[in-house]
Amino acid sequence: METGQPLLEIADLHVRFTTPHGPIDAVRGFSLTVAPGETVAIVGESGSGKSQAMMAVMGLLARNGRATGSARFRGQELVGLPPRSLNRIRGDRITMIFQEPMTSLDPLYPVGRQLMEPMRHHGGLSGAAARTRAIELLELAGLPQPERRLHALPHELSGGQRQRVMIAMALANRPDILIADEPTTALDVTIQAQILDLLRDLQRQFGMAIVFITHDLGIVRAFADRVHVMHAGRVVEHGPAQRIFTCPEQTYTRMLLAAEPAGHKPPPPPEAATVLEARSIRVSFDLRGGLFGGGREIRAVGGVSLRVREGQTLGIVGESGSGKSTLGRALLRLLPSEGQILYRGRDISRLPERELRPLRREMQLVFQDPYGSLSPRMTVGEILAEGLLVHEPELDARERQRRAAEALVEVQLDPAMLRRYPHEFSGGQRQRIAIARALILRPRLLVLDEPTSALDRSVQKQIVELLRTLQERHGLTYLFVSHDLAMVRALADTVMVMKDGRVVEFGPTEEIFDDPHAEYTRTLMAAALGYTRAGMAEATAAP
Amino acid sequence: MRRSTRASSATSATATLTVNRHLFPFGTESNGRDLMTRVFVGGQVSLLIGLLATAVSLVIGVAYGAIAGYFGGSIDNAMMRLVDILYSLPFMFFVILLMVFFGRNFVLVFVAIGAIEWLDMARIVRGQTLSLKRREFVQAAHAMGVRAGGILRRHVIPNALGPVVVYMTLLVPKVILLESFLSFLGLGVQEPLTSWGTLIADGARNIQQAPWMLVFPAAFLVTTLMCLNFIGDGLRDALDPKDR
Repeated sequence: METGQPLLEIADLHVRFTTPHGPIDAVRGFSLTVAPGETVAIVGESGSGKSQAMMAVMGLLARNGRATGSARFRGQELVGLPPRSLNRIRGDRITMIFQEPMTSLDPLYPVGRQLMEPMRHHGGLSGAAARTRAIELLELAGLPQPERRLHALPHELSGGQRQRVMIAMALANRPDILIADEPTTALDVTIQAQILDLLRDLQRQFGMAIVFITHDLGIVRAFADRVHVMHAGRVVEHGPAQRIFTCPEQTYTRMLLAAEPAGHKPPPPPEAATVLEARSIRVSFDLRGGLFGGGREIRAVGGVSLRVREGQTLGIVGESGSGKSTLGRALLRLLPSEGQILYRGRDISRLPERELRPLRREMQLVFQDPYGSLSPRMTVGEILAEGLLVHEPELDARERQRRAAEALVEVQLDPAMLRRYPHEFSGGQRQRIAIARALILRPRLLVLDEPTSALDRSVQKQIVELLRTLQERHGLTYLFVSHDLAMVRALADTVMVMKDGRVVEFGPTEEIFDDPHAEYTRTLMAAALGYTRAGMAEATAAP
Repeated sequence: MRRSTRASSATSATATLTVNRHLFPFGTESNGRDLMTRVFVGGQVSLLIGLLATAVSLVIGVAYGAIAGYFGGSIDNAMMRLVDILYSLPFMFFVILLMVFFGRNFVLVFVAIGAIEWLDMARIVRGQTLSLKRREFVQAAHAMGVRAGGILRRHVIPNALGPVVVYMTLLVPKVILLESFLSFLGLGVQEPLTSWGTLIADGARNIQQAPWMLVFPAAFLVTTLMCLNFIGDGLRDALDPKDR
């Protein structure tokens, strides 16, 4: 990497938000320099202020936010610059791409128009010239058939394609610095790898600097030259990526690095009874557009058979749209499906809801999004006690509260929190509450639908530990649905890989991870773990 | 107050009284009755109609909309088509029809207004329910084996309340105005009973000779409607645990 005069110099940046509940200091003294052509990563967990620091530099803070300190781009002070002068730099010399490409594109206009508009207004290009340039950029961003894509509306593109459009937009004026705020977090692992390759390629081509904001250490390890670790609004440690990964100085950094889930689960004894057996499960969704729309059917799950024994953890792995969550819900009879579902030897696939109800307490579900799965208008106590109302109506209110407190202790939360509302808790605490809600009914089978993907790494680790302890204590059987291979490896003893509603590969975890047979599994493994391994190899090769 | 009574004969008497003006702070209306008392009585009627008709439409509309939205499919279709049919009935026609069948009756005003206004409420609640039933906490309740009634009562309706409360406070003024429209046409409250709507209609007729006849009832109506808006905002915030 070339060195020289720093492009961007941030010194002692502070960001303060004024809220009705008093001021919040999101960033407290953030310093960073970016040299031309290098990649600097800002790593931290959610709420560490890593995004807000860069937003402050770009003048994109929310209205109640105020930045103080200094941020110089080629010697020019950016903090406190009026928007008009700032616009000459941001979007032109410094550009930004965001986590969720759907919300950054206007859903009403074709992407081509959104791409060409700024070129025509700011760049003064004619219609035809802008069109040629847009096609060029889309090609550069690796979007196949760019001429056709110009007329596509954002919803007609996949997440990865939308992110490519955003990258094309950011590149339009050949910026000096590209700020990438979690650009791959919302994408599948294979797509994630492609986007990262693309960014690296473009960086080589244009010699631009990249500021990479992420919580994913695997990406940082493979991608960044220098790393800044942020915690609670401060940079706790910074230095060359290799040094940070091989000999971190601060405890916080060490904790982050150690947060990768570890451990293995031995399979249950072969004589363990079968809890759930499914034979050629099919789920299809009927996309009929009302009274006059033509019938169209989407097959989400096409003929999946599986068997789970008591105490087993079956990891169901796949990318978004592979039908893994749908399968999980179909097995609990929350979605209509074809095929046979045997729960402890009893065919429940045709059971009417009334007869199914007593079985529901034994088969529980934990959702991905801990913010959406708890009703915002009920207290934690009410949420936990709801299942008891249905399945043990003979209990009185006091007994229900006692059981709810017990369940909270079980997930390592303070039972005094029963009267609080879900919004008062952090993501990890809410997920614990969701697990407690399932546990209070003393289930046998738990379907965990991406229970950790909305959480920070260090919190994920705690939830994994908790799930492990609970499994040992109660002999639970888990169906663990996830796209996170590291998590599945740590938690599951058997893995099922799904793609487009079908099972691609099935077997013991060790076998699947060490010696995948199917082509798709190999791609998936390479995409998910490749970066981590490459980064580690680099790190160990360093003097 | 000075009072003297003189009897000049056995059959007639003359009373001379000085009546202080402050006994009629709002003045008198066209028949010489005290306007303040009329405004107070009218307020009772207007608020009664406003709150009762709103309550009627709230109960019917919320239950109907939540059921239609939650069960979906053909139930939803049938229930909402009925709403569409009722929508297309002209309101005046409906009121006149009721009058013909049941004769002129104060209670009919509630029935007529309530029967029309719950349609909007049902649509609002149905829309809320459609989005709420896809939320994960509703699915979680279903997975726990909670019956449809419990899900509606504990999860769907409380979470749909925000927009409902706001709409409710908009509905009260609407109902009060609707009642005054009916009374204006002679189909609503009848003399000597009165309501703010009737008083305002009366005042509007005499605006040139006696502007106070319009000013006082109108001021009361406007103040009430404004208060209702604040109550609506306050209620919505109070019901939302995030703002506590």
